[in-house]
Amino acid sequence: MSCWETIADYGLRSVGIGERVLPREGYTLCQQFTLIGSGMIWNIYFGVLALCSGFFLATAVALGKASKNPVLQKASAWFIFLFRGSPLFIQFFFAYFLFLTLKPISPFFNPFTSAWLGALIVLFLNTAAYSGEIFYGALQSVPRGDIEAADAYGMSGWSRFKRITWPTMLRLAWPAYTNEAIFLFHATTLVYFSGFPAWQQRGDALYYANFFADKTFNPFVPYPILAFYFILLTLCIIGLFGLINRRLNRHLPQDTRSKMKLKLNLIR
Amino acid sequence: MFSFCVDPASLDGMAWMACYLTTGKHMAIYTSLFTVLLLLAITAPSALLFGFLGASSARSHFPPLSWIGKAYIAIVRGVPDIAFFLFFVIALDQLFEWIRHEIKCPDWEAEIWQGNDFVVCDIAKLPLGNSPQWVHETYGFFLAVLTFAIVFGAFAANVLYGAMRAVPHNQLETAESYGMNRRQVFWRILVPQMWVFALPGLSNLWMVLIKATPLLFLLGVEDIVYWARELGGSKTARFTDYPHGDWRMWYFLALLVFYLLFTRVSEIVLDKVMRKLTHGQATLGGEAQRKAA
Repeated sequence: MSCWETIADYGLRSVGIGERVLPREGYTLCQQFTLIGSGMIWNIYFGVLALCSGFFLATAVALGKASKNPVLQKASAWFIFLFRGSPLFIQFFFAYFLFLTLKPISPFFNPFTSAWLGALIVLFLNTAAYSGEIFYGALQSVPRGDIEAADAYGMSGWSRFKRITWPTMLRLAWPAYTNEAIFLFHATTLVYFSGFPAWQQRGDALYYANFFADKTFNPFVPYPILAFYFILLTLCIIGLFGLINRRLNRHLPQDTRSKMKLKLNLIR
Repeated sequence: MFSFCVDPASLDGMAWMACYLTTGKHMAIYTSLFTVLLLLAITAPSALLFGFLGASSARSHFPPLSWIGKAYIAIVRGVPDIAFFLFFVIALDQLFEWIRHEIKCPDWEAEIWQGNDFVVCDIAKLPLGNSPQWVHETYGFFLAVLTFAIVFGAFAANVLYGAMRAVPHNQLETAESYGMNRRQVFWRILVPQMWVFALPGLSNLWMVLIKATPLLFLLGVEDIVYWARELGGSKTARFTDYPHGDWRMWYFLALLVFYLLFTRVSEIVLDKVMRKLTHGQATLGGEAQRKAA
């Protein structure tokens, strides 16, 4: 069987298109590359959706934590503490069993027990908490002069927030937020190793890498392939976020622009 | 455990709960909490050691050594940590068995890699096939600790490498002008001063390490996650004196609370340490303290 056939059979295996059974023999390099790459679809799916939806909640949470209303402030602070203070792994397990307990109550909860929705919700809340903290920190360091200048121009309320506070907050938070995005993608590998089952062996990249390592008892091939894909993904994220960073900083003189300093030494 | 626990079926409410939470298996989950603490107690210093070695070799003036150090720091950062956990446990196990195999069975003819099997001679197996259960468990735990130390050592190396570069360069130049050689500058000037710069990163790392402990479950150690799944699953009256439904949700809620408390306590303690260390330092934090006083 040539490599093209393998790609045709297994390229979209992780979403259920193509061959029904996973390879039982051979375990060629081509098979491993194809299947692990097909698993990356799930990692990207979880990462992109959680990041996009989490962004808005994160902004809300950051504003809540910075607000003067004690109820909002306490609620946001607790939300951030709850999701940043406990392991994501345990959060996945808890959420899965919570949804499992809710399932008999109403059929509405049926989709929540499968990974595509249940795990997505956990990742969404988790990234909202982490980036909420980042945004909150940035919000605290918005220069007072900027706000005063906005006041002098007669801006207030919504228009001041939209034109001054929010863009500045994003600009200050962006390098840290890039880190958060990278680690969110890394965190998506946990999904199928917590409670959430991989239905019909449709799993993510790590799920397939682990499958091959178990079958061949040789970790030296599948895991480096996985690493290759993730380094590629990380580079793409850095590139994309770098472009956005450039746009956020476009009004500043060259030498005062905040450089993208990446510190990739966080996991959750 | 308690004297009134003889006939659980006749109990209800608090008494039943008290008996239920003190069964032998529940004692196992409480012991596994100590496994987590033990893991942290062993891993933190050994990761620091790995990190120190990594950072100082990355700074080395001998190119191959500095490449090794830098590669060690860089590789672990770009890839999900959990992939490393899964990788190192098998890889280390095979490495140890292969070394023992080479020493103990020098005249072994067959290939070690036979298709999809990894075969070493019987006396090179780790742990030996006939050794008792606790040896297997200890060996598994040892592999887990080593894996944690390697992965977190890379993170620590990154932090320490940054801290070493944060030490003002004038200090090192002054030391050199006093006639100290490289080694003396490193041990007498650089190492004592770098800790203040390293502490925020290291305390962050400690938080991350706490939150990584449930991953022990993936390494095949019978830890709290394992027991929470075991004990929480629904039990019928046929197999146990304490039948109940699916309580796994509550068990994981308890774990969640345990970790929240643990991180909260660590946060408070680390804050205190940081305040002690910044006291009198010529940094922003030290200045703020001076003004507040």
